[in-house]
Amino acid sequence: MVFLNYLISGIGLGSIYAIIALGYTMVYGIAKMLNFAHGDVIMVGAYVCFFAMSGLGGGSLPAFVPPLAGTLLAMVVCTVLGVVIERLAYKPLRQAGSLAVLITAIGVSYFLQNAAQLLWSSSPKMFTPVVSRDLQVPLPGGSSISVLTILTVAVCVIIMLFLTWFTGRTKMGKAMRACSENKAAAQLMGIDVNKTISMTFAIGSALAAIAGVLYLSAYPSLVPTTGSLPGIKAFTAAVFGGIGSIPGALLGGLLLGVIEIFAGAYISTQLSTAIVFGVLIVVLLVKPAGLLGKVVREKV
Amino acid sequence: MKMNRILSLALAGAMGMSLLAGCSSSGSGESSAPESTAPAESGAVEESTAPTGAAFKLGGTGPLTGDASIYGLAAYHGAQIAVDEINAEGGAIQFDLRYEDDVNVAETAVNAYNTLKEWGMQISLGSVTSTPGVSTSALNFEDRIFALTPSASSPSVIADKDNVFQMCFTDDNQGSASAQYIYDQGLGENIFIIWKNDDVYSTGIRDQFVAKADELGLTVAGEATFTTDTSTDFTVQLTQAQEAGADLIFLPIYYTPASMILTQADQMGYAPEFFGVDGMDGILTVEGFDTSLAEGVMLLTPFNADATDEATVSFVTKYQKEYGETPNQFAADAYDCVYAYKQALEAAGCTPDMSAEEICDALIEVFPTITFNGLTGDGEGITWDSTGAVSKSPKGMIIQDGAYVGMD
Repeated sequence: MVFLNYLISGIGLGSIYAIIALGYTMVYGIAKMLNFAHGDVIMVGAYVCFFAMSGLGGGSLPAFVPPLAGTLLAMVVCTVLGVVIERLAYKPLRQAGSLAVLITAIGVSYFLQNAAQLLWSSSPKMFTPVVSRDLQVPLPGGSSISVLTILTVAVCVIIMLFLTWFTGRTKMGKAMRACSENKAAAQLMGIDVNKTISMTFAIGSALAAIAGVLYLSAYPSLVPTTGSLPGIKAFTAAVFGGIGSIPGALLGGLLLGVIEIFAGAYISTQLSTAIVFGVLIVVLLVKPAGLLGKVVREKV
Repeated sequence: MKMNRILSLALAGAMGMSLLAGCSSSGSGESSAPESTAPAESGAVEESTAPTGAAFKLGGTGPLTGDASIYGLAAYHGAQIAVDEINAEGGAIQFDLRYEDDVNVAETAVNAYNTLKEWGMQISLGSVTSTPGVSTSALNFEDRIFALTPSASSPSVIADKDNVFQMCFTDDNQGSASAQYIYDQGLGENIFIIWKNDDVYSTGIRDQFVAKADELGLTVAGEATFTTDTSTDFTVQLTQAQEAGADLIFLPIYYTPASMILTQADQMGYAPEFFGVDGMDGILTVEGFDTSLAEGVMLLTPFNADATDEATVSFVTKYQKEYGETPNQFAADAYDCVYAYKQALEAAGCTPDMSAEEICDALIEVFPTITFNGLTGDGEGITWDSTGAVSKSPKGMIIQDGAYVGMD
């Protein structure tokens, strides 16, 4: 029973990592850059949702409206933010080396954190969950699972399926994959590379908003640095599952969450993070491309 | 191509600006201390409290922004009220108060301290929290600037420093007093401790609590830890406590993680008693926190805002009028610090034209000899021994209907 409880919290945490990791992996897979500001977009999404919910809450609106409106607004704001960041910070560096882009991404991350600190101060805010934490579904054996966890897992799987379908079947998705394989060739085939990459950022940032809302619903303390640690963990999850691979991000996220909780529960709460990274190292030694990553042969 | 270069330059510029903006925001906090007042020779002046004549330059660092900002702002505001009162009386002793933000980070606190030193700080209120306090008190000792910290409670803040004193209990004191209190009142059979093992404050209290509990025969059923990096998810720790059959969880930690623990325990449907120490103070003012979750949480604190004595009522009224909230013990401790300074400076016959070192020597002589009556502590008064540790009695408080109420 205790084992089951740990497993449930692990899956809940892992699903959130997975949603964030999906955003990372999308952007990496297509634009071939690590968007370290992704975690901070999560934070912005959470703040937008927080203010929308406290602005709308308490009125005569039905109970489901403020969370839904808050989430949608967060998605819109983050989508715009993601596209603007891409346009201003990354696009000018499209021809530059990957290191320059990486440093810029770190800069954007700091920019967002400091901007949030100026705008909303750094005193913690308690996030109201989108689904009440008291809603529990009893499981056989005396334990229970919260509706929030079920929602998180469901959202995560839906997003994963949607992205797989989107990149596999739609025209835009095919254009994304073409850009991922070879930007110059894609351009020659009549694909608007800039538009495609903007689209990737838009999707990735909208996912970040959803992840932010769900993350804060489960772990409600909201500060300007809220996004940085889950951002790093999710990046780890993306690498774990094979960066660039959409099912890999889901698998990596879930495994990371479960390992983190189990390591804390059965080995040591102090070492849980170290154990997570230890496992990552072992996996990368055995499978350098990650669990589901494709081994790409370098063309010389 | 050229366009790109211009854009990236503009971007780099914007980024640089943003970083600067970030620094200055954490450097001086909200409305505190005027920006970059150059080390002026004659009394750098706070807008609201222009002292009438020469004044003692009183400086302190605390988290005015960041996770622990409730403490820093409370201490700053409490000290400000005391300074305003004293300056308004127009006596021989006048203060010029300046607080610098340390974001509860040791490195930032050192910078904040250096800013104050350049400003010409003569006496210091040390740091508000323990981790920065350990760093700044070492500098106070080196520079021979006397410090009386309102709330940096770690014993290492005062250890081996003849000129650093505390207004709050030391962590040792809090740990053993908590165990004693739980034992005396029969609050819990099976105690579980959740503490933060990368924090000197939490570790200190926990060690003393365990030692005292052992001595008294209290059962500590188990304990679990967390760090700054893992302070969002407590389901593992709480499940362990539940498994251990704990009926009381001792939380020698600050209010931000404590609020998460209360929320997550509620989510799990686990409702033991919670017992905190002075770091728990502030939990009711976290924005968006459902205060009903804190119902029944107990804590030991030196100050009770509901007390009916004249001094407390007057302080609480002023504080509410000025800052729109009920002062916590950090505000009261800082308020007491300023008045204790006034009493000690009078007793030592210090004047504002003396150097920091002269004042320091005089105060080291005087502090262990005075008995101070303030908002914190009971009618017995507050005394210090020559190590800098304070002697006063704690009060047990319980949260009822969203307010702190005295337990006895």
